[in-house]
Amino acid sequence: MEPLKQHTGRVYPLNRANVDTDQIIPKQFLKRIERQGFGQFLFYHWRFHDDGTKRKDFSLNDPMYEGASILVGGENFGCGSSREHAPWAIQDFGFKVVIAPSFADIFYNNCFKNGILPIQLPISVTENMIKEAEDHPYELKVDLEEQVVSDGSQTVSFDIQPYHKEMLLNGWDEIAVTLTYQEKIDQFEQKQS
Amino acid sequence: MDQPKTIIEKIWEQHMVHEEEGKPDLLYIDLHLIHEVTSPQAFEGLRMSGRQVRRPDRTYATMDHNVPTVHRNVIKDAVSKKQMDTLKENCEEFGIRLADIDHPDQGIVHVIGPELGLTQPGKTIVCGDSHTSTHGAFGALAFGIGTSEVEHVLATQSLWQSKPKTLQVHVDGKLGTGVTAKDLILAIIGKFGVRFGTGHVIEYTGEAVQNLSMEERMTVCNMSIEAGARAGLISPDEKTVEYLKGRRHVPAGQDFDDVVDQWLSLASDEGASYDQTVMIHADEIEPQVTWGTNPSQSVPVGGHVPDPEVVKEDRDGVERAIEYMGLEANQSIESIPVEHVFIGSCTNSRLSDLKRAAEIVRGGKVHDRVKAIVVPGSQTVKHQAEAEGLHTIFLTAGFEWRDAGCSMCLAMNDDIVPPGERCASTSNRNFEGRQGNGSRTHLVSPEMAAAAALEGRFVDVRKYASTVGG
Ligand code: SF4
Repeated sequence: MEPLKQHTGRVYPLNRANVDTDQIIPKQFLKRIERQGFGQFLFYHWRFHDDGTKRKDFSLNDPMYEGASILVGGENFGCGSSREHAPWAIQDFGFKVVIAPSFADIFYNNCFKNGILPIQLPISVTENMIKEAEDHPYELKVDLEEQVVSDGSQTVSFDIQPYHKEMLLNGWDEIAVTLTYQEKIDQFEQKQS
Repeated sequence: MDQPKTIIEKIWEQHMVHEEEGKPDLLYIDLHLIHEVTSPQAFEGLRMSGRQVRRPDRTYATMDHNVPTVHRNVIKDAVSKKQMDTLKENCEEFGIRLADIDHPDQGIVHVIGPELGLTQPGKTIVCGDSHTSTHGAFGALAFGIGTSEVEHVLATQSLWQSKPKTLQVHVDGKLGTGVTAKDLILAIIGKFGVRFGTGHVIEYTGEAVQNLSMEERMTVCNMSIEAGARAGLISPDEKTVEYLKGRRHVPAGQDFDDVVDQWLSLASDEGASYDQTVMIHADEIEPQVTWGTNPSQSVPVGGHVPDPEVVKEDRDGVERAIEYMGLEANQSIESIPVEHVFIGSCTNSRLSDLKRAAEIVRGGKVHDRVKAIVVPGSQTVKHQAEAEGLHTIFLTAGFEWRDAGCSMCLAMNDDIVPPGERCASTSNRNFEGRQGNGSRTHLVSPEMAAAAALEGRFVDVRKYASTVGG
């Protein structure tokens, strides 16, 4: 996994609560057995008409957000199914950071395994970011080491578990880390049987 | 005496392999269930890094999400077929037991785990599927994981998990006649919302919960994820023991007696404290119908679609949901016509669900407008139902009687609700497009779904008073 220390990018605002993983990546795309290539299907039914043409009424199709790499969403982002295809699609589309007032647990965890940084901020802050980004091209600078997000005029700090932080900063392979505890797992199993 | 503990804390402590300041705990996983959709990339990851499956004997696989529920041996969709073949190859390569499409044990992963006795009190159980919470009905700590975690468990039989907060959902009183476990959990989510459980494991307690059968408990725990919780469980009791006795993977004889003592000792201690407690009164609950696009958007069947002008929260969301669902503000629920009825899914596809639905259906006819299907949760359920003649009741009334799978719950196979059409469904999610692009889902109990099939619209199942059990 690629380490992520700092990131600066354009914001895409998605002003909806309870965006579920069925919307992020609809089920017909879950049949693939690969990990790559899901970005083209991100928010599929919101982005495209049934005939495959782009919907004008969905903001991600607005040229203003082309190349955006920071998604700012609403409450309970990523709820529903545990499908990791959701973070795969978000990452493959080009997003590196997702900011929301609250996340669903499984989605939040899945992000770290895929080099995406989910940041939880108070709703007053996220709503303000959404307003700015709906209004004009809006950039944020995220510094994971310092745990701050800044738009140049305002800086807010965020919480993150030290373990998650380390994982992203170092781009760790979590399984390799766990395998260094193999002996403890062996001992546990011996005790259990 | 030691400090009183909840079952959640007890199971957690018993499974802790390693703990360290500033880190999640390394938790041992007793049982890992896998299916065709969320596992291929995990096996591929293992192969790429030359890793093995640590405990194939603690891993069990089935096919459920993609499988056809008619004409099982012709899988027309090449991509689905590839996914099923891939699971088969992976299970062969890594020595994992698989109930594949032709296997008599095949079924929805959350139906067959308990059925085979793989699910037991006190176990940690994971699966690449959010409704793994179902197994919590047995007093197991069971939760859904992503594919990277599936790979992690395959390789290490453990997971890094931060200790969850505990949330007690206390249900006192008794459920009324015709009011089911499904109505109970829909009412809980309706009252407290889709994220009140975030970061928590729920324990359901109280008289109404104790009175539920094991299959009803599974219905409740199943939808814990719809409340945002990581897992939901119920302390084991005599009913749990009774259900598990004699099942294939449960110890027998003296070993059974020993294990029963262990199981019962897991129940939350009197006076144990929770990070949060919420209460609901069972006697106030009525048969529920969801009108919107998230599971908290439900009302009693006698109620109305809300008016966005007067709702206090998330006005835009309510408005969008009403529009998507093709409804009108203040429209009465009983005036909503349905074109499809789906009785199935890991929420409501067990024998008792089918029995209760059949009681409503018996002697009736499916409404002209409606296409109705029954999809048993497992091949075992199917055969038991057939032994009791339930299939004849459904078929005579005009229902289709299918083979086991997830089917129309998420419409990954051919069982799809067409755009703009409406389905009364016993499943757990009414998200936009869940049952097919543009489909409109109303979540209900099996009894309510059966009644909607006969009448072509929602009706209060309590009007079938002579047939609905208490
Ligand atoms: S029945 Fe539905 S909710 Fe249950 S496992 Fe299958 S797809 Fe998921």
